[in-house]
Amino acid sequence: MSIILSDISKQFGTFTALNHIDLEIPEGELVALLGPSGCGKTTLLRIIAGLERPDSGRVLLNGEDKTEHHASHRGIGFVFQHYALFRHMTVFENVAFGLRVKDRKSRPSEAMIRKKVHTLLELVQLDWLHDRYPDQLSGGQRQRIALARALAVEPSVLLLDEPFGALDASVRKDLRQWLRHLHHDLNVTSIFVTHDQEEAMEVASQVVVLNHGRIEQQGGPSEIYDNPVNSFVSRFIGHTNIIDTEQVDQIWLSSSGLMPTDASQKVAHVRPHDIEVVKDAEIPSQAVLKDWQHLGSLIRIELVETGLQHFKNPIYAEMPNERFKQLQLDRGDQVAVKIRNARWFH
Amino acid sequence: MNSIALSQPVSQSSRQQQALVDPFWLRALLISIAVGFIILFLILPLIIVLLEAFSKGFGAYVSALAEPDTQSAIRLTLLTALLTVPMNTVFGLTAAWAITRFEFRGKSLLTTLIDLPFSVSPVISGLIFVLLFGSQGWFGHWLAEHDVKIIFAVPGIILATLFITFPFVARELIPLMQEMGSEEEEAALSLGASGWLTFFKITLPNIKWGLLYGMLLCNARAMGEFGAVSVVSGHIRGLTNTLPLHVEVSYNEYDFVASFASASILAGLAIVTLILKTILEWKQQRDRQELSL
Repeated sequence: MSIILSDISKQFGTFTALNHIDLEIPEGELVALLGPSGCGKTTLLRIIAGLERPDSGRVLLNGEDKTEHHASHRGIGFVFQHYALFRHMTVFENVAFGLRVKDRKSRPSEAMIRKKVHTLLELVQLDWLHDRYPDQLSGGQRQRIALARALAVEPSVLLLDEPFGALDASVRKDLRQWLRHLHHDLNVTSIFVTHDQEEAMEVASQVVVLNHGRIEQQGGPSEIYDNPVNSFVSRFIGHTNIIDTEQVDQIWLSSSGLMPTDASQKVAHVRPHDIEVVKDAEIPSQAVLKDWQHLGSLIRIELVETGLQHFKNPIYAEMPNERFKQLQLDRGDQVAVKIRNARWFH
Repeated sequence: MNSIALSQPVSQSSRQQQALVDPFWLRALLISIAVGFIILFLILPLIIVLLEAFSKGFGAYVSALAEPDTQSAIRLTLLTALLTVPMNTVFGLTAAWAITRFEFRGKSLLTTLIDLPFSVSPVISGLIFVLLFGSQGWFGHWLAEHDVKIIFAVPGIILATLFITFPFVARELIPLMQEMGSEEEEAALSLGASGWLTFFKITLPNIKWGLLYGMLLCNARAMGEFGAVSVVSGHIRGLTNTLPLHVEVSYNEYDFVASFASASILAGLAIVTLILKTILEWKQQRDRQELSL
């Protein structure tokens, strides 16, 4: 089911949580609402679910205006950050809840309910826990039960609020992949909220970047990464070196290949992998290799000024492990820097 | 509520006690002081109540209780409790729901006002109703014209008891529902449950022990209230005397057997309340431990 939000605003006292949001989500997408905390992403999710009322604007699901519809009549599955499992019910009863509260006409028979709940529990690979209570489960298990419970009523839209926020790193990694596969199998339009850009890039097919209650950019992960529309998105997604041309020597700029094409371009954003580090006695050095870190397949290099130059912050460059070994770089080396690609913002 | 807060540290400190063993004489002294106080101020009065009640034999005790005035006092007390406990349960639930689930202006004022009956002397509470509904009161004239009797009649007793007992349920539920949060209820709503179903299937099972506890305290107070009821009742024997009032009236008339027989019923009620209270506290504590997991 497609989701259209038009001109949504929400105020909490004097705090503007959402400021005239327009958003269109096509059917079948797995969308990440990404932004720093307090940017309004959870509020937006709750407004789509009907758990929060917008001050103005409309919520359209599949072209139908649902703004005035109660949360229980929207056909939306919601997975809460802290799972919100019913603690006085077993796992089975938790998943069955949505089926049992249907009115008599649409309620499936007891046998149907049993079958469906067990199918769902198998889907989340936790059927063996069906008679346990939520407090006997681990965080990752609770999260999957919460998902099974939301899926039981066959929602047309699935909303997940920081779904991996409360889990430890290894469980989170597994669940991300699992969610991606699950979405692929079920193909239900899904939106999840996250403040972790890596998570958004890894899981989502579309990323919506929010800041201060406004949408900064919407697009596929590679588009957002390669073509950030403004300085905020560029800084928020991935690592970026920010070089203010007014604070760096012109000779340094021209020798490193970082030259603005017109006068309005003052601040360069450079991705670490767009910086080439060369050790060559022929070329005058532009930086000192202060430190390096092993990131697995990549090596991150921290570059600082040589004394002639003054950077506000150290510059980080990244290169493959192999290349780093080839260059025989080490701490304290004088190096030359070549910037292959930069994005300009003012 | 106090015992919930206290009972956890006590069980944890049992291990420390081995490290902090006081000399035997000190322990013996402290224990005997505590036990002595309990005997002197709790057990002894209870025994005296029973001894006095049975001082002229079991037959006199039974016939004192069978007296029409005593019977009517018991009936009135039961009626008062039967009316006020459900009303204050509904009120307490509504107030707790409003305070913990909605944001509105004057919320902190409402929270404070709920405690008002606890902070005002019961006699003053009774007097408020006399000033409102008495023959010289604000509505006295209008009530007299329409032949409605509130003061020195059963409605006055029920009103005063309602006022006195209304904090119990709300006070018990507000912290409990705050701790519970609203996420489970929201989850139920998003799964298609109506507001009523959500309340009965999600909220109520989580607060049931706290609710029963509040109702129990409310009931104990409704049956035992003396001050406020005394002001509005007028002490009309057989008509507006509740059990506590009947105890006083009989005592003042030197009818000790009737007085202590009635008192023994109230004492019995207190003991039953105490036992139920302990059971409910235990259940509640177990729920809270689950909640904190």
